[in-house]
Amino acid sequence: MTVTLFIPCFVDLLYPQVGIAMVKILEKLGHKVECPDSPACCGQPAFNTGYWDESRDVAVKLLEQLKDAEVVVIASGSCGAMMKVFYPDLFAGTPHHALARQVSGRCFEFSQFLVDQLGVTDLGAQFPHRVTFHDGCHSLREMRIHAAPRRLMQRVQGLELIEMKQTVCCGFGGTFSAKFPMISTAMGEVKCGLALDTSAEYVVSCDSSCLMHIQGLIDRQKKPLKTIHLAEILAQS
Amino acid sequence: MSTAAVAFKKDAVRLSADLRHRALIQGALSKYELKRDEKQALFQDWQGARQLAAETKWEAVNHLDTYLDQFVRGLEARGTKVHWASTAQQARDIMVGICREKSARSIVKSKAMTAEEIHLNEALEHAGFDVVESDLGEFIVQLREEAPYHIVFPAMHLTRGEIKDVFERKLHDAPSDSPEELTMVARRVLRQKYVQADVGITGANFAVAETGMVSVTENEGNARLTAALPKTMITLLGIEKIVPRLEDLALFLPMLATVGAGQLISGYNTMYGGPRQPGEADGPEEFHVVLLDNNRTAILADAEQRDSLHCIRCGACLNVCPIYRNVGGHTYGTTYPGPIGSVITPNLRGLQEWKHLSYSSSLCGACTEACPVKIDLAHHLLQNRRNASRQKPSFLQRMAFKLFAPLATKPWLWSLLVTKGGRFGQIFHGLVKGTRLDPAYVWTKTRDLPPIARQSFKEWWKERK
Amino acid sequence: MSERENILARVKEALTVAAPLPGSHHGAHAEPASLPTQEDHRRVLPLVGESFEERVALFAKNSDELRSDFKLLIDQSELVAALNKLRAAEGWTRVASHKGSLTDAACQALGLPVLLTDAGFDKTELEKCPVGISECDALVAQTGSVLVTSRSAGGRALSVLPPHHVVLARRGQLVPGLPEAFALVKQKYGADYPSMISFITGPSRTGDIERILVLGAHGPKKLTILCF
Repeated sequence: MTVTLFIPCFVDLLYPQVGIAMVKILEKLGHKVECPDSPACCGQPAFNTGYWDESRDVAVKLLEQLKDAEVVVIASGSCGAMMKVFYPDLFAGTPHHALARQVSGRCFEFSQFLVDQLGVTDLGAQFPHRVTFHDGCHSLREMRIHAAPRRLMQRVQGLELIEMKQTVCCGFGGTFSAKFPMISTAMGEVKCGLALDTSAEYVVSCDSSCLMHIQGLIDRQKKPLKTIHLAEILAQS
Repeated sequence: MSTAAVAFKKDAVRLSADLRHRALIQGALSKYELKRDEKQALFQDWQGARQLAAETKWEAVNHLDTYLDQFVRGLEARGTKVHWASTAQQARDIMVGICREKSARSIVKSKAMTAEEIHLNEALEHAGFDVVESDLGEFIVQLREEAPYHIVFPAMHLTRGEIKDVFERKLHDAPSDSPEELTMVARRVLRQKYVQADVGITGANFAVAETGMVSVTENEGNARLTAALPKTMITLLGIEKIVPRLEDLALFLPMLATVGAGQLISGYNTMYGGPRQPGEADGPEEFHVVLLDNNRTAILADAEQRDSLHCIRCGACLNVCPIYRNVGGHTYGTTYPGPIGSVITPNLRGLQEWKHLSYSSSLCGACTEACPVKIDLAHHLLQNRRNASRQKPSFLQRMAFKLFAPLATKPWLWSLLVTKGGRFGQIFHGLVKGTRLDPAYVWTKTRDLPPIARQSFKEWWKERK
Repeated sequence: MSERENILARVKEALTVAAPLPGSHHGAHAEPASLPTQEDHRRVLPLVGESFEERVALFAKNSDELRSDFKLLIDQSELVAALNKLRAAEGWTRVASHKGSLTDAACQALGLPVLLTDAGFDKTELEKCPVGISECDALVAQTGSVLVTSRSAGGRALSVLPPHHVVLARRGQLVPGLPEAFALVKQKYGADYPSMISFITGPSRTGDIERILVLGAHGPKKLTILCF
């Protein structure tokens, strides 16, 4: 099938390898990948800050781009939640409401798409490392993704998954991390502590934004830990 | 920023970096989580229980007029005097009035968040009454002259050493810092108070419409004693406490205890339907029930957030909230801290003054998941943000988002300003990184920022095509 | 207008706009709310076992965890023996109780001076009694709770003021769970409820100091349940 891949701004700029890995995996599975030039953003920053009109200015462009897409795969659980869960709210009472609902029904986060839509769990990947998994909050609680990434990791040769003792937010939270940097940092420290307790080498996630926050703290505090997106692992063979 | 927001930020900065505070709260709540999970697992269907509880509260709140009327008629039929208060001031006046009429000297009180909400103790003390909190945690924070730290565990932020200190200072009695001995000191002091008190004041966890009863949940027996010994009993509760039927408590009592304290059921769950009845051995001669609105009807009028009146004040959302766990209960400066407080305080006490609480969230949704009555907490925070910026937009933020739209939707502009511009800016970033001159200081003060990739995804995609 | 009328008017006005149904966020389908039945409650609450033996075992296990002292006895003579043992161990010189078929027999057997709450009493005197002996309405297997009312258990203070509360119960009073306990309350008292209905679960407890459990915060330090 033709898969429309949505690459959010921070993946585009900071983590292109994540998007590239997704393209390679989808093509390897025999699908045609398309990637709209624009827009760069799903509109979540304005939405989360309360500026819904301004958010719609961006989001409406994305909706129009995606209106004929067969399926939309989103390279981030958080942007995925924005499009799948919040677009219907954002566009409620506007002429685009029906389109928003239609498009949101065809949106999937990457790991969810592989497992739940394609029924694929084994990509023949190898990653001989101890890892722990961070559930991005929007993936987990808005998109309700829990099993899919774990099933994919189970089939990665050499990968050993050690779960953290608690499921908590990494403290990123988009604009929250800038509005309340000290609370955000404290939350990140708690998260890093939990990850370090597992003695894993890598924190894996389906959300590059969470990983950016975790990695930012790790680098500053020189902790013995690395971060990696699940797609990057799956593309390794 | 409002004064409340300034105070919040100041305390949040201090406490989120306080590692001792962090260890204390994370430690206490980790212990709670183990117990909660253990008890939740006993339910045959916890998610099903949440749905039933949500439906029951929905029914009650969405037919509140009918159920309130039924509740009050039931109480009055058995000799209870019911008072209605639209405002905190009215509620205080009613209660001070009752104590005056009874020529009360001393008053014993069991834990009631609603009483905190209307600052009842100050009013009673100001009117010359001696008021003592009987719940151990509340008693401790009262001695320390501070507000409860948590709606279920008021003294959670204190160590035994700090409690010993305040007992020494205020009671001149603290044999050691063992929790057992300190509890026994409080027991001795408070026993005298119960026996002497003229008026007993309690809150309520539920109001049973069908039978006209208030239901009070506690572990210590202090509310039982408060309701047993003084000649006059007053119960203060918000109008949203209604459940339709007595049997609804079969569901709510164990759910409240499970998520509230990690117990299957609390030590004492007691329904009071009136003053001492003919043929009964004891109990108060008079029973007064004070029903408080204090802007609850304003929340009721907001259909989108009406479910925030389902709240049973269990504290589950506080316990799982990573913000609460890092900034602590006092930082909020509200009666109800944590997610539920961040949702309802702007609606109870002013959106612009309290909107910062709705912004102070990573929107992680742990609260929504924990709520036993399925209040859509995390989404209500988003709605408060929307309402706040609609009502009073910030010029700068709005401009920023207005300018962002063409940037994000025009690929050439994005490529020029963000991708290429970002790379250019990055060359100089090293000079100011992590200093106050750094435009990204809020991030880089404590965290590193990854570099912009040499080839962005879009550049790669274009090249490949 | 009175405040009652004011508040009810605001409530009515507010409710003219309908609220989304529970669980209906993001367009998910939700059934109109209806009140759950007793069967719905049973289906989600903790399991209670099928037979009397299983339920007694559950009550005993819960009591154990709660640090209540539960004794299942053969007959009334064993009950008297158990009481006498407690009297000797704790050195009771008098007891507090109320009129009732089980309590009368127990007090008679103990042969100690008795403060009967239903005869009118002085609260300072009750406070000095080492033990309050009461009957109950039911024992709840699901939670290990004792159900008392101001009518069945000698008023409000007897079961909380003395440092030791002894509950006397018959086997037939054991009910499976909370739904059945509330059904029993309704059936027994529906026409005229006592002014207090209380589920007592374990001795008085607190965790307010560093979340460490301490028994006897304000109410009884000990709860003994003697069932025959």
